[in-house]
Amino acid sequence: MSEATYALEARDITKRFGQVQALHGISLNLKPGEMLGILGDNGAGKSTLMKILSGFHAPTTGELLVKGKKVEFTSVDHARSFGIECVYQDLALVNTLSVYHNMFLNREILYQGLPFLNHRKMRELAAEALADIGVNVPSMDIEVGMLSGGQRQAIAIARAVASHARILLLDEPLAAMGAREASMIIALIERLKARGDVSMIMIAHNYAQTLDVADKVMLVQRGTCTFEGRSAETSVTELLEIVKREYRGITHEV
Amino acid sequence: MNKRQKGLLAFLLRKPEASISLVGIILLIVFQFASPVFFTGPNLQTVSQFFAPWALIACGEIMLLICGEVDLSVGQVFALTPFIMYFVAGAGVPLFLAMILALLVAGLLGLCIGFITVHFGVPSFITTLGAMLLINGLTLTISGGFPVDTPNNLLGNIFGGWAYSEIAWAVGVAVVMHTILRHTRWGLQTIAAGGNPTGAAEAGIRIKHIKIGNFILCSTIGGLAGILNAFHVTSIDPNAGGANVMFLAIASSVIGGTSLMGGSGTILGGLVGAAVLGILQDGFTLLGINAYTFDIITGAAILITMISNVQFAAWRRRSRI
Ligand SMILES: Nc1ncnc2c1ncn2[C@@H]1O[C@H](COP(=O)(O)OP(=O)(O)O)[C@@H](O)[C@H]1O
Ligand SMILES: [Mg+2]
Repeated sequence: MSEATYALEARDITKRFGQVQALHGISLNLKPGEMLGILGDNGAGKSTLMKILSGFHAPTTGELLVKGKKVEFTSVDHARSFGIECVYQDLALVNTLSVYHNMFLNREILYQGLPFLNHRKMRELAAEALADIGVNVPSMDIEVGMLSGGQRQAIAIARAVASHARILLLDEPLAAMGAREASMIIALIERLKARGDVSMIMIAHNYAQTLDVADKVMLVQRGTCTFEGRSAETSVTELLEIVKREYRGITHEV
Repeated sequence: MNKRQKGLLAFLLRKPEASISLVGIILLIVFQFASPVFFTGPNLQTVSQFFAPWALIACGEIMLLICGEVDLSVGQVFALTPFIMYFVAGAGVPLFLAMILALLVAGLLGLCIGFITVHFGVPSFITTLGAMLLINGLTLTISGGFPVDTPNNLLGNIFGGWAYSEIAWAVGVAVVMHTILRHTRWGLQTIAAGGNPTGAAEAGIRIKHIKIGNFILCSTIGGLAGILNAFHVTSIDPNAGGANVMFLAIASSVIGGTSLMGGSGTILGGLVGAAVLGILQDGFTLLGINAYTFDIITGAAILITMISNVQFAAWRRRSRI
């Protein structure tokens, strides 16, 4: 397959925050409709990588390509205009705002030709979007701060999905969820995959689950990629072996 | 507590405007019984003129508090702005233009404060504390420390002629600001910027932009309040406003239901809060109660409101009302 057909490609991305070198040069690519799972320890740089792909951080070096064309994201909105949407690990929800206001944060719907918020329309569409993915929320008007961790996470995911993004970035979307909620989100991801026009990157901690749902996986450790391959051609055991080897490497250095 | 009582309590707590209005009504009833002149035209005029300045300023201050900032220098802008109008008008510029120019300067001061706060990461408590002294010095310098007569013509009548001019402006500005806060993107993003700055930024909201805008807004409203006051009292005093009016504006905001932690607040609550402080101060004067007592009451009211805000927020979360 030629390069131009990648929905998203990152080449040799590095990121430095002052003294901290969070990423040492990571590359990845994503075909249309493909799903990549990213695994790795806490502090490995996974979230940083996502925030670079979503336009929140600029990379220190390296380049990004959307549909084969080089891009330099200047803002989250800029990345969004390329169809990239991110569910951040911290969810980016405002606790003091209602469910429907959060669903349309920075994408507010206005009355046509007027500078005023169309609350009714946003409430309706938010209720639809949440019902669509099967999430139970007591009311569209309730403040998000009153909801459970799983509900909050579901709202953040529903928001991203409802934006009709072509490239969906999910940073630990299942972290705060119970078993029932998690299987609902997995089902949602599989529905999106079946549609075939949404590419996804998901960061997760559950190896078996990730291998199950993603087409390919990547292991990120201490800011570098230590493994990359098709899900079908690897196993939990192999991945854990690599993690252990890397861990031993660290302890030997010390 | 039975269910109905709990329902009422829940309503009062959920709608801070409702609880402060209740306090206001109780005060009205008490003072009406305590003093026969309380509910007379002249006294109501006095009350309204009394609290109009800090009601106006509260409208700007609430927007800043919601987005997680505060402006301590707005009382000094209140004093400076009418002087700028006076000197520009004195140089031969028509009074209306002089007024617009003075308001632009007030807005520019807000821009500077906002820019320094946001781009150098200095807490606004510090920047505006500095600005407070700086602007006060500026006012004293250009005025020489002496009051002057407010230039007067038709414009003065429009802005300060009628006994209720100031309060009419305050209500008008409050309605506009309420609409902005609840029914525009600006308002929603102001809440987001204070409620979860990181999350708002991740959602692509330009927080710096929002904050600077609200600094400009607050400062301009402070300038407007100063000009209205100058027309009303027909003189411009370098010591007008100051920390006192700023403090009362913030107090009105807080007892009206705006959180000092950012992320939530109400303009209408602030307006009622300002009225309550005005009624309290006036009622005490009528009853011949010492002015110092007013400060004790205001201070205690703020402390109680702050404590209950924090406590009730936790209680609300527990009982999910
Ligand atoms: N905004 C930031 N400023 C400074 N350091 C950061 C910032 N964001 C992340 N880091 C650092 O970068 C490293 C990787 O963090 P992160 O990408 O969140 O890891 P992960 O998501 O894999 O747990 C950590 O050492 C973290 O402290
Ligand atoms: Mg992370």
